[in-house]
Amino acid sequence: MTTDNSRPDPAKTNDLLVEAYPPKLAKKRAGQMVVNRKTPDGVVPEIKANIRTTPGIISQRGCCYAGCKGVVLGPTRDIVNITHGPIGCGFYSWLTRRNQTRPESPEDANFMTYCFSTDMQDENIVFGGEKKLRAAIQEAYDLFHPKAIAVFATCPVGLIGDDIHNVTREMKEKLGINVFAFSCEGYKGVSQSAGHHIANNQLFKHVIGRDDTVGPGKFRVNLLGEYNIGGDAFLLEDLFERCGITLVATFSGNSTIGKFENAHTADLNCVMCHRSINYVADMIEKKFGIPWFKVNFIGAEASAKSLRKIAAYFQDEELAARVEKTIAEELAAVKKVQDEIRPRCEGKTAMLFVGGSRAHHYQELFTEIGMKTIAAGYEFAHRDDYEGRRVLPTIKVDADSRNIEELVVEPDPVKYQPRLTWEELSARGLPHNDYEGMMPEMDEGALVIDDISEHEMERLLELHKPAVFCAGIKEKYGIQKHGIPCKQLHSYDYGGPYAGFQGAVNFYREIDRMVHARVWALMTPPWQTVSKPLLNAEWVRA
Amino acid sequence: MTLLRHTTADVKERSGLTINPAKTCQPIGAMYAALGVRNCLPHSHGSQGCCAYHRSTLTRHYKEPVMAATSSFTEGSSVFGGQSNLLQAIENIFTIYKPDIIAVHTTCLSETIGDDIPQIIAKAKEEGKIPAGKFVIHVNTPSYVGSHVVGFSGMVKSLVDYFAVATDDKRRTINIIPGWVEPSDMREIRRLTAALGVETIIFPDTSDVLDAPQTGQRQFYPDGGTPVESLRKAGDSLSTIALGLSASGAAARALDAKCKVPCDILELPIGLRATDRFIDALRRAARVHVPEALNRERGRLVDVMSDMHQYFYNKRVALWGDPDQLVALSEFLIDLDMRPVYVVTGTPGREFEARMARVLAGKISEAKVRQGSCADMFLMHQWIKEQPVDLLIGNTYGKYIARDENIPFVRHGFPIMDRVGHSYFPTVGYQGGLRLLEKILDAVLAHKDRESSEESFELVM
Repeated sequence: MTTDNSRPDPAKTNDLLVEAYPPKLAKKRAGQMVVNRKTPDGVVPEIKANIRTTPGIISQRGCCYAGCKGVVLGPTRDIVNITHGPIGCGFYSWLTRRNQTRPESPEDANFMTYCFSTDMQDENIVFGGEKKLRAAIQEAYDLFHPKAIAVFATCPVGLIGDDIHNVTREMKEKLGINVFAFSCEGYKGVSQSAGHHIANNQLFKHVIGRDDTVGPGKFRVNLLGEYNIGGDAFLLEDLFERCGITLVATFSGNSTIGKFENAHTADLNCVMCHRSINYVADMIEKKFGIPWFKVNFIGAEASAKSLRKIAAYFQDEELAARVEKTIAEELAAVKKVQDEIRPRCEGKTAMLFVGGSRAHHYQELFTEIGMKTIAAGYEFAHRDDYEGRRVLPTIKVDADSRNIEELVVEPDPVKYQPRLTWEELSARGLPHNDYEGMMPEMDEGALVIDDISEHEMERLLELHKPAVFCAGIKEKYGIQKHGIPCKQLHSYDYGGPYAGFQGAVNFYREIDRMVHARVWALMTPPWQTVSKPLLNAEWVRA
Repeated sequence: MTLLRHTTADVKERSGLTINPAKTCQPIGAMYAALGVRNCLPHSHGSQGCCAYHRSTLTRHYKEPVMAATSSFTEGSSVFGGQSNLLQAIENIFTIYKPDIIAVHTTCLSETIGDDIPQIIAKAKEEGKIPAGKFVIHVNTPSYVGSHVVGFSGMVKSLVDYFAVATDDKRRTINIIPGWVEPSDMREIRRLTAALGVETIIFPDTSDVLDAPQTGQRQFYPDGGTPVESLRKAGDSLSTIALGLSASGAAARALDAKCKVPCDILELPIGLRATDRFIDALRRAARVHVPEALNRERGRLVDVMSDMHQYFYNKRVALWGDPDQLVALSEFLIDLDMRPVYVVTGTPGREFEARMARVLAGKISEAKVRQGSCADMFLMHQWIKEQPVDLLIGNTYGKYIARDENIPFVRHGFPIMDRVGHSYFPTVGYQGGLRLLEKILDAVLAHKDRESSEESFELVM
């Protein structure tokens, strides 16, 4: 077990991580690594984030296309998502993110198991790919008659100047279904994050607000930034239902385009993954008057807190009572497992380097079984995800982000209907459009590292030997070769769900399994173990 | 409920839309090939996403660390060119990750903007960014041409272009270019050549790289991979045996042209007769006798083929994947009296059809063979809906068809993301043939067990 005493001084760790770097790079990286120190009024140190990865660095990051097609739009089952480009991008994003979906009947559309691509060839690069794209949309329509078709641009599309928005506009008119496009070329921005923003913009422009039918339910909310990895959204849907909360739309786990179109009829937006979906939350508020706040359904305590926030918003005694009843039932079961596992895991250390929310959210789960997060960081987050949204006005927009469109949103002349004023929210003890960020909730002296590199990860493992390291598929097996288990927090290692109360129980058990697996003690052959007299004696006794 | 509920038997010709592809793009092949060189770090010259996607896919297939760097293009580099990105990358990689070789491959992005990689490498050399004794090599892998197989082939050819030299110091070695096969297959090929007493240079060789042992001590560059010294000496070998025209032909011919090393291009030694030809080629090239142990190995394979013939006979099989695998597998299936009726590859090239025609030789009149544009798993599934098959052989994506249609399924090819074994147990050679038979029989007989009525449930099979 690693204890605080045996760990190197965090302040020195940062220097050790970059000591092999050329001086210029070391200096740049130093700005993206801080030791968490809070001032008495809770202000955390500034960290550089959402800046370019230096070429040659082995990074966790992906691209804009991955953020747009893979993350935000991937989990919606009834849109035919066509990747416009050479075959690779479509192939790699085919079913690899584990977004589960549950069509309501055998007749309902589900295209998530399919990969659609224009498979651009050299002649399309030379003479343009619009004709092929038009044909592809037509063929998709003829074969499947979907409700909607979306087109995603890959790198060469932007370079050769295919006007995908014009093509989709034409095809929308011709086919009479919703057809829209995303200019999410891989080179845009500095990570997946640009793709999230582009996805948010287009969903807002082309989908949200098209269906004004107000469905049943007294307490109608949307859940934003929940992608139903490993069935997380299913657990939350069930939890909401038991509390009497009506889920109008989830962006975008287990979703349909119809739900998106109808999302503006909800009365509250609850934001899970702040990084990938805050733009939609902001824009819906401006156009339709629906306020949002941050929730977190990763961790039992966090889930309880989030449900109470929703109850506080609606100020309804019956709802509050149902929420409390559900929480009480769930927590009793959770507590039992915590009590079983906590003694075994207490004091062990964890590191989390993943995503744009998960590195924050999952710390809760470790805390609940007595484990300590000693280092964490995001792959594609911005400063506000680390330090909180209060720093938003001070974030400078650099050249890499400037070209990502910022939609100017005005209140809809007809559909704008403010739900609660800021004053009313404060009166109910609720924050308004706020996210505190990861760092205020982390321990003093914990390391915070943005866009960690393979080299830095290697050094961290050698220096701190955590009991578990959370990252993604590219990092997993390198970490495990050190004899340290790695939990994937993108794909959940094909397990889960981890959201809500039952999800928390699943996660405690999973971490308990990983850190106590017998295999970690079996790496050295007996003949390579230095023999001690004690060993001999034991052998004789046996 | 079905997983591929929108697939029907109604086949419509398509010209624009590929659905459920039976190929991916060039760069990932170049990355895989470069991992088979000792102390080599593959480098993706393009956006970060390409490198991330390739590493993820290879990692899911191997469950091993797959290291590669990227030029991390931004919008600016896409406008002004990626020269400064690559120069910076080369300097950083040699300082931080310290490989002996950086193997650069391009992407559709850097190809479309027309980055001149040899010029950038020359500039890096000029500016002293490449330390003495270290190398930067490259291959052009435009994603909008060919497929992942072409990218693999290109990188293997680049190894020849950059390293092989003909000197006066001629050797008795035989070069073996194993093609895009698993680490286990490369290891098996080495074992077979050793059994024959043939001294070989095998390149690339991903054994001991992508099947590295767990020791609790990570080696950033595992012990495997073909050393540069061997790549150099390949130019002095007696001859080259290239396995698989699509993946290995280009490098073998380049070596012939550059160093006058004659080559024999064979199909992958998957199955009985393809292995026979491989062993025979080795025997003749190195002028050695085939040891009795190998004859016995062969005999064990033929034994199982004859013992279990009833379960193979006339079974209809659908296959998808890469040309070299498909041609060799089809030949083996026909030798088992199975019927490869649907054979699909997204990798374009008319010679695939000719190779398949040679193998089918009119024996399977109902066979449908498609390659290239819109030759995809959706089309193959439609054919299956029209007239079903008894067995599927291909990569992991086949599991959706297998479940919907209740068809036994043997995983073979790339990527296999939901099972282990391919890295450790070969499918080449006689032993590999046995493993294939075991897998086919397991799949077919498990299905029979599951589906048979209570009274016809068999104990002995």
